[in-house]
Amino acid sequence: MTYLTRDPLSVDRLVAEVASPTFGGTCIFLGTVRNGADEQGVAAIEYSAYEEMVEAEFGRLLADARGRWPEARIAVRHRLGTIPVGEASIAIAAAAPHRAQAFEACRYVIEEVKRRVPVWKKELRVDGSEIWVDPSGRPTTKPSHV
Amino acid sequence: MPATVDSATPATVRVRFFARYAELVGRSEAAVSLSLPATVGDVVRRVREDFPGARALPERPLAAVNLKQAKLDARVQDGDEVALLPPIAGG
Repeated sequence: MTYLTRDPLSVDRLVAEVASPTFGGTCIFLGTVRNGADEQGVAAIEYSAYEEMVEAEFGRLLADARGRWPEARIAVRHRLGTIPVGEASIAIAAAAPHRAQAFEACRYVIEEVKRRVPVWKKELRVDGSEIWVDPSGRPTTKPSHV
Repeated sequence: MPATVDSATPATVRVRFFARYAELVGRSEAAVSLSLPATVGDVVRRVREDFPGARALPERPLAAVNLKQAKLDARVQDGDEVALLPPIAGG
């Protein structure tokens, strides 16, 4: 199983992976590259990762989720490389017999990704500068050789 | 040789640097030799001493041993892969 890709994410493919006639609810989460009021001037974000650990950590994380919601089925992909504003960097699909499990499992996975999965992002700004983004979402560190 | 002195066991660990840390150190990996018993914290100290750019790394960075997050007092073994991880920012 690989949870990483450098290609645009396909929601249809993820939904197909979790679909079942016994499921009544499917929840989709997309995390997208933002150029919001706090950022201003973001053209794209370059995502990098400790790829071997990402694969291992997603395996552990999804095993944890299966322990909490045994009836749910969950699929996830994280995209790496340069992703333009508006495109998705992560997609999660969680399906379950009932909607509450689907919502809860989907939320659990994205929150655990933020906490556990070793991925980093560097803002590529329209003025040509590059800034590493800190976990709170605000860039704080300018590389010395941009 | 005094009997009270343990013979040090040499070991080599592969240290990997990512994202901003790789930029600071100027490399993405290094082989670090040290004597066992040793901890992740010992590896970090050695890296900060041996590589000029690594002095800018935090003294207590997030770390992983063999693809799993580990505390700085976790023991390392010969052949382990120790990764120093900037604050995680995925999703």
